[in-house]
Amino acid sequence: METRKQTETVRRTTVERTSDREVVVTRTFDAPARLVFEAWTKPELFRQWWVPKSLGMTLYDCEMDVRTGGKYRLNFGEGMDFFGRYIEVIPPSRIVWTNEEEGPDNSVTTVTFEEKDGKTVLMMSEVYPSKEALDAAGTGAAEATQETFAQLDELLATMG
Amino acid sequence: MVQYQHAPIDASFAALSDATRRGVLEHVAQRAASISDLAQRFQMSLTGMKKHVVVLEQAGLIATEKVGRVRTCRLGSRGLDDEIAWLQTYRTLWTSRFNELDLVLEGMKQKEKPNGNTKTD
Repeated sequence: METRKQTETVRRTTVERTSDREVVVTRTFDAPARLVFEAWTKPELFRQWWVPKSLGMTLYDCEMDVRTGGKYRLNFGEGMDFFGRYIEVIPPSRIVWTNEEEGPDNSVTTVTFEEKDGKTVLMMSEVYPSKEALDAAGTGAAEATQETFAQLDELLATMG
Repeated sequence: MVQYQHAPIDASFAALSDATRRGVLEHVAQRAASISDLAQRFQMSLTGMKKHVVVLEQAGLIATEKVGRVRTCRLGSRGLDDEIAWLQTYRTLWTSRFNELDLVLEGMKQKEKPNGNTKTD
């Protein structure tokens, strides 16, 4: 119970549930907005950070047509696709996209980059169709990681 | 099914949106306390503290029991595990992503510094 307080300590990335259906993340980067935008929209750069090593997942394929109305698809293995559409793209300050892998009842992510003195304040909002969907989203990531580890176990077993 | 499992989280987040209530919860997690103890500790009226206690109790975060004239508050059976786990998972993901993004950005800036820059500034 004593560690609970520590785990809640906010460092630079803040995460806040602002309503039943929305979660907002903020973070400041020591780079101008055009670079942050570029890192977010060029597949070869995007894939370097979107899947942190600690997550233990591999991004096999990454197609991104970053313009209003364009589509994207991230493939993490057979049947493990994350995909959707860019609803709005305004370089270098705003990207809005849908997350459609869960079906038609999708969530919408809005990310904005605001430059101040050479640094960029990033604000990301994820709005889910229902509070249940948002609740499930937090735990979903953990489950996905476990699933990946399970797959790794299987792979290692066949290699032994 | 998911609905059923996660519904109480929302009440908890609402309950925890207030600094005093977070403080009360932390305190009660250490040891049980009466409402008047809590009111005194958090320097507010008995009525004010009662309201906070009701919100926390309805969210299942604390449990109260009246013995004689004193109502004692202790940590609810549900505790904070669900909420902490939710935020923690979410934050862990984005913190690690953004830490990696820092490195990518640093690399991009380094590339731009020498005059081998293909972009116009």
